[in-house]
Amino acid sequence: MGALFRGSLGRLLAWSAPVVVLLLLVPLAGNPYQTQLLTYGLIFAIAALGFNLLLGYTGLLSFGHSAYFGLGAYSAAFMVRYLGVGNMELYLLGGVLMTALVSAAFGYICVRHTKIFFAILALALSQVLWTLAYKFFWVTGGTDGIRVPFSKMTLLAGLLDFAGSGGYQKFVFAYYYYVLFLFCLCTLLMWVIVHSPFGKALQAIRDNETRAQFLGVRVRQYRWLAFLISGTFTGLAGTLWVPLNGLVTPDILYWPFSGELVFMTVLGGFRNFTGPIIGAIAFNYLKAYAVATTQYWQFLLGFVLVVLVMAMPLGIVGALARLKAKLRPKPEAEKAEEAAQ
Amino acid sequence: MTLLQTVKLRKHFGDTKAVDDVDFVVTKGEFLSLVGSNGAGKTTLVNLISAFLRPDSGQILFDGADITHASVAERLRAGIARSFQLVNVFDDMTAFDNISLSIFSREGKTLHITALAERDEEVQREADDILQQFGLKAKRDVAVRGLAQGERKLLDVAIAYALRPRLLFLDEPTSGVSTRNKSQIMDIISSVVRAGNVTAVVIEHDMDVVFKYSDRIVAMHEGAVIGDGTPDEIRRNEAVRANLLGGSLPG
Repeated sequence: MGALFRGSLGRLLAWSAPVVVLLLLVPLAGNPYQTQLLTYGLIFAIAALGFNLLLGYTGLLSFGHSAYFGLGAYSAAFMVRYLGVGNMELYLLGGVLMTALVSAAFGYICVRHTKIFFAILALALSQVLWTLAYKFFWVTGGTDGIRVPFSKMTLLAGLLDFAGSGGYQKFVFAYYYYVLFLFCLCTLLMWVIVHSPFGKALQAIRDNETRAQFLGVRVRQYRWLAFLISGTFTGLAGTLWVPLNGLVTPDILYWPFSGELVFMTVLGGFRNFTGPIIGAIAFNYLKAYAVATTQYWQFLLGFVLVVLVMAMPLGIVGALARLKAKLRPKPEAEKAEEAAQ
Repeated sequence: MTLLQTVKLRKHFGDTKAVDDVDFVVTKGEFLSLVGSNGAGKTTLVNLISAFLRPDSGQILFDGADITHASVAERLRAGIARSFQLVNVFDDMTAFDNISLSIFSREGKTLHITALAERDEEVQREADDILQQFGLKAKRDVAVRGLAQGERKLLDVAIAYALRPRLLFLDEPTSGVSTRNKSQIMDIISSVVRAGNVTAVVIEHDMDVVFKYSDRIVAMHEGAVIGDGTPDEIRRNEAVRANLLGGSLPG
């Protein structure tokens, strides 16, 4: 057990423990709306963590991650509609398998290119899925979408069900903890991935592809693997999202949602591990309150993005880290060096 | 004993004969300098040997095996590593991570996805040892972007050295640094590669450095080898004096 708490993983567990305790207390405040809002935030945080493996750690900007989020959601919806499945664990299994398969195929095509070509190709492929969902309405329900009612769903292999009166409150309460558990698991897993030799190799590819190649790193293969993991994380988030939303429509596959994932990650800061998590949760609140406040909410979000890029290019977490570094007392040697200059 | 040999190796870019039927030999254990004016074909020759470029014709033999068509990865596995003319490091990673990545790659561990890099104590020890040898231990946890030019140059060489190559190509390891730093850098490189029994081929413009550190010197001009010998032989070589030394004799 002691070994687990050594090094950077130990530091992660140490500073995240109080945060997790706080998160555990949220539903006890007795406001289902706030609990539901935070559940959405945690789900988007899982998606943003996956997305940032590509952007922050591999240096590939995807404008097509709505595809994997949507696929995760549609996988669960198809299981409800065509197989009559009402088990969340089976949704997750189906969603993860489906997104892993499609990410593998799309990634194989996309990672042959970089920069703008990669971004556009990822976008184009995601729009193929959107078109299929939109046009094949007899399969997908078209713009009406497919309903995934929480009342017909169980958690923990049938241990928890939400039929009957008070089902909604019970669902929101239980589902929050379910998502929180998976969020913690995904965060831990992603932490290990980015701090593994594989994660270091990805960062090397991001910084200097040629040199990475001359160290024996198989650049394309590693990018593909990063794409696969990234897509699968995003797909898992999509599967978690659909019972909470109750409905999946082609909108979730459409490119503006890919843009939202980019927004979340940039908002929090893509050059650090926690940035996308903070960004996703903050974006979710920002959007929820902007929508409730004004009909011009898109304008408000756009304004925030412009201000953010100009004032805080490193995002919320990056800006806080910079502030912390500024406030930290300088070592005597550094002071003496500055005085000498 | 011959470690590397090129046979009539050729690379032309249009009318430019970058490397023109070059026969080039590297002997095991030597510290060889490849000299020549800009455009002489030195970097192209190294690019061909390291698979950065494909030759138009000719053959590359490494330890007796034909590697002319081998990939970068295959040449790395055979034991050929290189550094680059312009500093080629991983800027946003620490000096330690730069070196440890090299070791992970050499050990075939870069696909290890569920093990924390920092928990591999063997790699940690070796990376620290290499940083120590190259005088970079104090900069262990500094992001490489923040290092001075001379330190970045040394790190560039150290990354290649960490692959434990049998033959190491260093493309202008002292370019862009002061004369005083040049000597420091070359002292370190020379002592580390000699202590590690690594055969080294260094592309260098500063003839003082070349004469001081080399066991053997190969001079190139317009894509061809015009001189090959010990520092004393090169000093006396008329073609080298006319084309490279401007008739002067460095001390």
